[in-house]
Order: sequence, then structure tokens, then C-alpha cells
Amino acid sequence: MTPPTATPYRRAYRPAERRLVGGVATGLADHLGVPVLYVRLAFIVATWFQGVGVIAYLLLWRFLPLQRPDLSPGLESATRRGLRSGSRTGPTEIAQTIALGAVGIGVLLLIQSTGRGINDGLFGPLLVGVVGVAVVWRQLDDVAWSRWMRETRGWAFASRVAAGGGLVAVAALYFITKEGGWGAALNLASALVVAVLGLGLILGPWITRLMGDLSEERRERVRSQERADVAAHLHDSVLQTLALLQKNAGDSATVATLARRQERELRSWLYGNDEQPGDSLVAALRASAADVEDTHHVPVEVIAVGDASLDPDVAALARAAREAMINAAKHAGVDRVDVYAETDGQTAHVFVRDRGVGFDLAAIADDRMGVRGSIVDRVERHGGTATIRSEPGGGTEVALSVPVRAPEAVPTPTEGVTP
Amino acid sequence: MTTLRVAIVDDHAMFRTGVRAEIDGPVDVVAEAEDVDSAVAVIAETRPDVVLLDVHMPGGGGLEVIRRLHLRHPETKFLALSVSDAAEDVIGIIRAGARGYVTKNISGPELLAAIDRVAAGDAVFSPRLAGFVLDAFAGTIEIAQVDEDLDRLTEREREVMRLIARGYAYKEVAKELFISIKTVETHVSSVLRKLQLSSRHELTRWANDRRLI
Repeated sequence: MTPPTATPYRRAYRPAERRLVGGVATGLADHLGVPVLYVRLAFIVATWFQGVGVIAYLLLWRFLPLQRPDLSPGLESATRRGLRSGSRTGPTEIAQTIALGAVGIGVLLLIQSTGRGINDGLFGPLLVGVVGVAVVWRQLDDVAWSRWMRETRGWAFASRVAAGGGLVAVAALYFITKEGGWGAALNLASALVVAVLGLGLILGPWITRLMGDLSEERRERVRSQERADVAAHLHDSVLQTLALLQKNAGDSATVATLARRQERELRSWLYGNDEQPGDSLVAALRASAADVEDTHHVPVEVIAVGDASLDPDVAALARAAREAMINAAKHAGVDRVDVYAETDGQTAHVFVRDRGVGFDLAAIADDRMGVRGSIVDRVERHGGTATIRSEPGGGTEVALSVPVRAPEAVPTPTEGVTP
Repeated sequence: MTTLRVAIVDDHAMFRTGVRAEIDGPVDVVAEAEDVDSAVAVIAETRPDVVLLDVHMPGGGGLEVIRRLHLRHPETKFLALSVSDAAEDVIGIIRAGARGYVTKNISGPELLAAIDRVAAGDAVFSPRLAGFVLDAFAGTIEIAQVDEDLDRLTEREREVMRLIARGYAYKEVAKELFISIKTVETHVSSVLRKLQLSSRHELTRWANDRRLI
């Protein structure tokens, strides 16, 4: 539940890395939130009725954009260097789809044989034409895809386009010979129409792809410039840290803190998103944790499930959590503080826990202004609850929660926005 | 009790040496490997009990190692060990069959405990992994016992996951919930099983949003 992004509406995509043929069924299944099997089934059943399924499939193939995974820099680099497995369609899914397709074609032929299907003269060439178009389009998708992967396109490309084009041509030829009985003028006209249609089918996507590529390249250029900037910045900061480490080699606490800060910085760049402390609860908690680590030399681990935008209540929660972190780091005498935040849309919870010395709540509850004022009262003023559990020697856990307002600012989980 | 036989698979030699120095003795490090092909070969040959597996490695990463070995040698347990915090890769490797995930800054004794646990057939969930899992299953809280058992966590499993995410050790979880450690282990293993087997579309969608599977 991150704050709304530039596109507030959901778009359907064909996922590039999980497609079997065109990725239409998978994309639709993701979009509609139903198992992909049902979508495939629907296409096949629709095909029995005058080929509607195939037409719908081809149209969607044309109009749904191919989606390439937008990975963080670290993952993208790892993918490029082959350090992680690309996604792969499972063999069961392939087998299932082939079986489904076989049944579909079987029933289709059955319908054909009863004479209720598509006109027999058209059925053969249409089938060949559709397969040809599918081969060519798939190839075009792959070219766009492999450009993103920065791989050179090979030999197979040309031959497959030729094969696809050939199939389309055969279909066209078949049409013309079928129409042989008509007048010569009509013959020529139909040949022309078929040729134009064929060319349109083959070249159309090429042209749209070309236009898409241009904007994609522009975006890529901006992105690579940004990356160069960040890399330079990180490079500097790593050098800086290394210099500081050498200078402080004797002081293990400082060394650990420096190393951890550097680790955090690199990690958030490589695998995270560049969130600002003012953006959301989790971002604020992470920023506080980083500050506490730097000041008190105690690692603070933040785990978050869900997120909430920083309205006044949630901001108070974040500030109280910060105080709790500082308390734990200062007084508990531990080498690690755990922070867990969970937001379920109605309530935001934050738990700050240490396994440190603990204290007797009853003995100090009244005069510990820090705990009362900065943690408990602050949260309670905003309609939340704060409980502190601690026992001498048994560690301390501060549990905080405030209700989350449900304004327009917080997108509902069904929006499909990633938490 | 016989000494556990362990293989270390990581592309950084320095890290392998470090881990070996920390755990050799209590366990028997029988093999090391630095990429997917050599890992598959050496694991098939030495048949270790537990494989410590890096997530990112030349040749397709730890996921590929599990894919190639899991069916042939189901008795070999995998424990993912990584600095990678990318949720998609961590969940991906668990879905492929790893029995747990720990980060590389884990201490020697903790790592040994994790190896024992994995060898015994239990699951090892670090707070971070518990957070990812809760995230993945989020949104289906209430009714636990409906038909699609695999697709949701029971309230108890959710509580256990939450406590682990809050930094509780298994022992502390047990004490907090007034159950035995064995029961905690059972819950964690069942969460692992659900994570691996569930095909719930929300989970798929979550994975999809994070670009995994």
C-alpha cells in the first residue's frame, strides 16, 4: 500500500517472462484475478463459436502492451550476469495448455465435420494464417524483449519471420485460388486486398513497436544517466566509509556502525525503492532506525508488512516508535533492536523489542517522563494504544497502535498496488 | 548422533572460508562449490545432509541448484544464506524447496542451530522471511478452515509468524503463546509447506507484482 503512483488505474499487461504464446491469457488472469486455466478455457470455448476466441486473442495480443519486469538495479545486474534464475513457465502448465489446446482443436474439428462451423473453404487457410501471424508476432515480441535483455538477435529471428510470413502468404494464395471461379478483375482485387491485409498484419506491429521503442529508448537513456549518478555517489560514499574504517580500526563499535550504515545505503539502492522519510510509516521507521543506529551504535532491524501514509496519527505513531527505539538503544544494553510494523488498512501496529536488561514498570512508571510523555501519551492523544511490557532481565517490548483513517490518500489493498 | 554433513555453495571464496571456519567441527563440511554446475555435481556426489546455498550465483543462482537436485535427491535439505534482501528471490528460493532463509551476518552458533533445525526437517524463518511471508499471505485473515486450506494461514500460524517477525526466537514464541517449541516448529513447517504448495492467485499476484515465479 504505497502512496498512489502516477497511474492510479490498473492496466492489463502481457507479462513478458511468463508467456506461453502471446502472454494474453496470463496477463488477463493477473488482471482479473482468476486462475489462468479458466482464461485459457474461455478462449478455447469461444473459439468453437465461429473462431471468436482466436479473434479476441489476436486483438488482445495486439493491444495489450508487453510488460518487462522493472527490477531494482541490483537484481537487474544479477539477472544480466546470470546470478539468478529467470522465471520459467512450469512444465505442468505447458503440458496442461497443450492438452487443453488439443481438446479445443478436437472439438473444433468435430464442429467443422457437422458443418456448423466456419465455411470449409475458409477454415484451412484461416488456420494456417492464424498460426503464421502468431509466429511472426511472437518473434516481434521476442525482439523487443531481447533488446531489453541486451542480447543480440540471432539467425533464428530471420528464419522464423520468414516461416511466419510464408504461412501467411500460403494462406493468402489459398484464398486466391479458392476464389478462382470468379471473374479475373475480382480475382485481382481480392489478391490485392489479401496482400495488403497480410502486409498490414506483418508490418503493423513492427511500426507500432518502432514507435514504442523510441520512447522506451528515451526512458532508458534517462535511467542510465540516473544510474551513473547514483553509482558515482555510492562509489564516493563507499570510499569514504573505507577511509573512516581504517581510521577507526581500533574502535569496534564505530567500525560496526560504519559498516552497517554503508551496508544499509548500498542495500537500499540495490534492492529497495528510494523512499523519503515523509512518504509513509515504513519509510519514517526506517529513517528513525538509521538515525538510532548511527547515534547509539545499536543495529535496529525494521520488518514491515503493509504500509500507511503519514497522516498526523500515523506520524505520531512513528515518532513514538522512534522514542521507543532510542530508549531501547540507550538503556537496554543490547546489540540488536527489532522493530516490526504491520498495517492492515484499519490499524497500524508497531512493536519495538529488545532482549535487554528490562525494568520494573511499577517502580518507575510515574517519574519516567520520557516513556509516559513521549511514547504513551503521544499515541493515546491520537486515539491509539500503547502497552509496555518489561521485566528486569527479560527485555522490553513496546507495542503501539493507532487507527488508520481511511481517506482517499490510502489506496485500498484491492488496487493491486504492491505493499 | 552422527555429525551432520554440510556443503557450502557460494561464489565468494572468502565467504566460504569464513563459514567453514565457523561451523567445521560441530558439523562436517564435505563439499564446497562456487557455481550452479559444480554445485549440482558435487552435491550429487557427496550427498550432504544440508546445503548452505547462496541466492545469487553464476549459472542461474541457488534456485537453479534446487530445481536440478530437489527431485533427484529429496533427502538433501537446502538452507538459503544470502545478503540479498530482494523479497522476490527469497520467496522464490523457498517456493523452489529451500527449508529456510538466513542472512549472511548470522552468528556461528545461530547458523549451527539453523543447520540442525533444517536437517531435522524443520523450517528456519528469520524475522525478515516471516515479514515477507505475512506480506505474501496478507489480506486473508479471518476464517481459517475453509476448503482451500493451503491458501491461507490459520490464525495461529499468523500469530507465530508475527512473533517471529517481531524478533522472537522459537523458544520465546512458545512461551508467549503457551505452547511447546515442538508446536511452534510444526506451525512454522506448515507455513513453509503452504508457501511452497499454495497456488492461491493472490499469492501468485503478489509474486507477480514482485516479479517472481
